[in-house]
Amino acid sequence: MAEPIVRYQDVHKSFGDVEVLKGIDLDIYPAEKVAIIGPSGSGKTTIIRMLMTLEEPTSGDIIVDGTNLWKMEKNGGLVEANEKHLRSVRGDIGMVFQHFNLFPHMTILENCMTAPIRVKGEDKQEVEEHSIQMLERVGLGDKIHNYPSQLSGGQKQRVAMARALVMRPKIMLFDEVTSALDPELVGEVLEVIRDIAKNDDMAMVLVTHEMDFALDIADKVLFLDEGVIAEQGTAADVIEHSQNERLQEFLSRFRG
Amino acid sequence: MNGNYWSWERFSEAFPYVLEGLTTTVAVTISTFIFAMIFGFVWLFLRRIPLRPVNWTVTWIMEFIRSTPPIIQLFFMYLAWPVVPYVGVTLSPFACAVIGLGVHFSTYIGEIYRSGIESVGKGQWEASTALNLSLLDKWRHIILPQAIPPTIPMLGNYFIILFKEVPITATISVQGILYMANTFGSQNWAYIEALTIVGLILLVLSYPSAVLIRKLEVKMNTRFDKNAVIKKINKGVTS
Repeated sequence: MAEPIVRYQDVHKSFGDVEVLKGIDLDIYPAEKVAIIGPSGSGKTTIIRMLMTLEEPTSGDIIVDGTNLWKMEKNGGLVEANEKHLRSVRGDIGMVFQHFNLFPHMTILENCMTAPIRVKGEDKQEVEEHSIQMLERVGLGDKIHNYPSQLSGGQKQRVAMARALVMRPKIMLFDEVTSALDPELVGEVLEVIRDIAKNDDMAMVLVTHEMDFALDIADKVLFLDEGVIAEQGTAADVIEHSQNERLQEFLSRFRG
Repeated sequence: MNGNYWSWERFSEAFPYVLEGLTTTVAVTISTFIFAMIFGFVWLFLRRIPLRPVNWTVTWIMEFIRSTPPIIQLFFMYLAWPVVPYVGVTLSPFACAVIGLGVHFSTYIGEIYRSGIESVGKGQWEASTALNLSLLDKWRHIILPQAIPPTIPMLGNYFIILFKEVPITATISVQGILYMANTFGSQNWAYIEALTIVGLILLVLSYPSAVLIRKLEVKMNTRFDKNAVIKKINKGVTS
């Protein structure tokens, strides 16, 4: 296999006195689909938030495509990364949030177009065509001039995915993207993720409670428990062959 | 009381006299408000400095300014400030009014700015970061367009409150409507007509403004609302 595109090396994270992550080592390869499962509060979301630079690790390194994300070289030594360094690395990463976080003052087309124009300086005409393409791909081609408040939760989340796709990330992060949705809207969002997983060659990391879905699309499943990766492997490995009791107990809760 | 406490004749005599002060009252109100809007940013930035001692000091100074009556602040600036050695300066009544009331109101306006910015959720910042927007672009395109509209009705309210507060500058001889009414009263030994006119002018100007601002408030509250947006789109189509 090729070099990993993301590598976590002994990453720890504490909030105040509480250590949420207690030494994460993880490789993510280009085009790999990784699902992170585990009980609430086990630190799943924190893992991807650190990669998106929304949370700074307490210790350890995260290497993105050969570059240390949170540290940069200065006068021969490594120092804490500044915003400029973060911006240079962050461009490869996109994220979809649990609560969508669309910009309410913009139409959904403008939601998609702002970053490619402002950040990458791409041509407006091209960005517009690309954005419309992506919005059509997620099934919202007829709503491009609507505002987020006019959409259902599932539609909003699909816009959020189009918005992330327009930036052409090498790594896409999905943070419990169906948790805030009404049950009947979950399916349409999962369909879009399945489509991306099948047709795009970017790496994907999904934090999710949709167990069957995760096991279905993931190349690699991580079971996170009490701040450590307690089990990892292919879906089949994790489900059928794991001896980990807590994992079996966790999985049994999803089986009626 | 001699039965002649109210005279329409004196009323019509006083009216143009008092009205002469209106330009000054309005000029003081507008100048003070502009001063306060600019100075409000100073408080906003000072409070965003992430140093505990700075934050504590700034908060305390703001609290002090807000908890002392503006009239005392005006008296201090106008009468006591000039005799303070080295830093004391004599200011014109107009400058005193603008700076004194301006600083007082800026503490409120700084808080309005802060509440506007805080009304934009953490998720908006995070989404902007995830899209790799620069700090400047985040403020310009994401945060401020959402933070400013809800502050507009609040600023309007403070404008009206300020307008009603400006007559106290008569005490440092700013020649606004109250000052003129007072002068007319003392010259004619009859105050009731002139002071009534002051009340009427304030009412006539501030009541419609208050109604307007209430409408604005409703509009701002529903600004991302479906119907409001549909209206906006329809307007775009017809024009």
